[in-house]
Amino acid sequence: MSAPKFTTLTARCVVLSNNDVDTDQIIPARFLKVTDKLGLGEKLFCDWRYLDDGSPNPAFILNQPEAKGAQILVAGNNFGCGSSREHAPWALVGWGFQAVISPMFADIFKGNSLKNGLIPVVIQPAAHAALLAARAKNHDLPVTVDLRAASVAWPGQDPISFPIDPFSRACLLDGVDELGYLQKFAGQARAYEARHA
Amino acid sequence: MSQNPQTLFQKIWDNHVVAEEPGAPAVLYIDLHLVHEVTSPQAFSVLKERGLKVLRPDRTVATMDHSIPTKGGYEAADEMGRIQLRLLEANALAHGVRIYGLNSVQRGIVHVIGPEQGFTQPGMTIVCGDSHTSTHGAFGSLGFGIGTSEVGHVLATQCLLQRKARTCEVRVDGALRPGVTAKDIILAVLAKIGVGGGTGHVFEYTGSAIRALDMEGRMTVCNMSIEGGARAGMVAPDDKTFNYVAGREFAPKGAAWDQAVARWRQLPTDQGATYDKTVTLDAHSLEPMVTFGTNPGQGVAITQPLPLPSSLADAAERAGLEKSLAYMKFEAGKPILGQPVDVVFLGSCTNSRLVDLRAAAHLLRGHKVASSVKMMVVPGSQSVKQAAEAEGLDKIFKEAGADWREAGCSMCIAMNGDQLSPGQLAVSTSNRNFEGRQGKGGRTVLASPLTAVATAVAGCIADPRVLLNGGQS
Ligand code: SF4
Repeated sequence: MSAPKFTTLTARCVVLSNNDVDTDQIIPARFLKVTDKLGLGEKLFCDWRYLDDGSPNPAFILNQPEAKGAQILVAGNNFGCGSSREHAPWALVGWGFQAVISPMFADIFKGNSLKNGLIPVVIQPAAHAALLAARAKNHDLPVTVDLRAASVAWPGQDPISFPIDPFSRACLLDGVDELGYLQKFAGQARAYEARHA
Repeated sequence: MSQNPQTLFQKIWDNHVVAEEPGAPAVLYIDLHLVHEVTSPQAFSVLKERGLKVLRPDRTVATMDHSIPTKGGYEAADEMGRIQLRLLEANALAHGVRIYGLNSVQRGIVHVIGPEQGFTQPGMTIVCGDSHTSTHGAFGSLGFGIGTSEVGHVLATQCLLQRKARTCEVRVDGALRPGVTAKDIILAVLAKIGVGGGTGHVFEYTGSAIRALDMEGRMTVCNMSIEGGARAGMVAPDDKTFNYVAGREFAPKGAAWDQAVARWRQLPTDQGATYDKTVTLDAHSLEPMVTFGTNPGQGVAITQPLPLPSSLADAAERAGLEKSLAYMKFEAGKPILGQPVDVVFLGSCTNSRLVDLRAAAHLLRGHKVASSVKMMVVPGSQSVKQAAEAEGLDKIFKEAGADWREAGCSMCIAMNGDQLSPGQLAVSTSNRNFEGRQGKGGRTVLASPLTAVATAVAGCIADPRVLLNGGQS
């Protein structure tokens, strides 16, 4: 498996603005029996996305025509709270998302996302509100996430920089594999063990 | 030791940094890695692809808890669950990792068996592909949940790339009143700070109410740190901690024990050390707490009416509260006491230890579970189950009409056959009341074991203090 890479993306977005969307909503636990990462995109937001008879819920955003081809999710505050399941970013990436924009992410979800090339874009509530307003006027609003500049922009909005761990950013820009990076410290880790034995 | 006063977190952090390059996160050494069937298969696959072995099988412990049925054993699992369980066994065998497998008499929920077997010790860094790894912080260790990619990193290198979190002191002073427990403390903390209030922070619980808790109570509190968004929650170790650890199978023995205790006594936060922020709570004014919504921060004292959306100024918060109440089929402004319930679940890594079962059984003794309620009691480990049976607790539960089961996560996560039917209302001693968490369409009220028992007997949400007083309010 090669390390994920990301430089820049301009894409349409979908809006799911509820606060505190937890990972049990992103991917319910009953789908965590997989032993690989395949097929999770189909189960993304399963209990909101499908009706009891298994048919798509027409009221849910991902089932509306405007969601087709979208690659950015505009989410509410504290997105990804709850469990540590990496199946949550796997499911989002499996569906086709490459970035999520929110005023705040839960810590474990944020870390897991970065390891899968899903960019957690943190913007201030005022900018978030401006994005929602622009998107409400134009369902095809193209949003640009530029990882090199660590900025997000849309028509009529100058690039807004977003905070991102510089190490994760460099890994994603260059396709650096974190496990490979960690393995370089084997000598120091063995010395640490010897000191603490 | 540095002359600057330091927090417990800072001391453990400093003691585990292997290396730190400019601009990069610290390389942090991990003392103990707990592994379970759900979040490890893809990590073992990465090792296989790269031809790597588990570097320190002696620092790695595996158990089966999430997918395992709590009745009927392995045969009762569905096909995918069986594959997952067998795969963990195969991976543990291939890498020489100790596993508490299907037939182990010590198998149990990962956060119950770590402390129970003496793996969990003060001053350690402890990780698991599970967000409730915060539980282990009750021992004055730094325990936090990681994703599956990181599970692979730790299996292969025994290290993890980490940025240092900020610290938040959660100070709880005062004596708890009868009928109010550790679970009520943490539900009250969450109601105060909200589910995102601890994001970016590690909690250290301090104050007389925390010191007064037994180790099980401290585990209950630390367990739900993640429900406030904090990856870890910690309590400074003291004699209670050392007495709990002493003599357990994997605890240090003899001279090594004396040396360990001397080291552990250095861990508590120094006088004059500062936290990035502090939250306080008065334990004496607490009542039994229950959640009414679809996240653990939506809690109220059991005697209080449910909040009104109109009382919230922020539109998104108002919409969130309305959505939660609609899902729960609860009415704003009305009491939650008296709501009829279908299921009572006593279990999970929050409240399934012997002390929890004992407190519940003592309150239940001589009463019956209401005929309209199905009560499930699921010990946190097979060891807890045996100890409870040796005390006759199982008989109390069974005679009252409750279902006494094998250890596992059970209805906390509903991926093992134990689950609510759509629309059912449960009072649960677990830690998450998210939509569908205990089964698609199910509704969850989080509460203490005492509130769970009082509710089971009454058939509706009930104040445990009434039952404690022999029915007199
Ligand atoms: S009991 Fe529940 S919260 Fe605890 S480890 Fe199991 S599934 Fe997770």
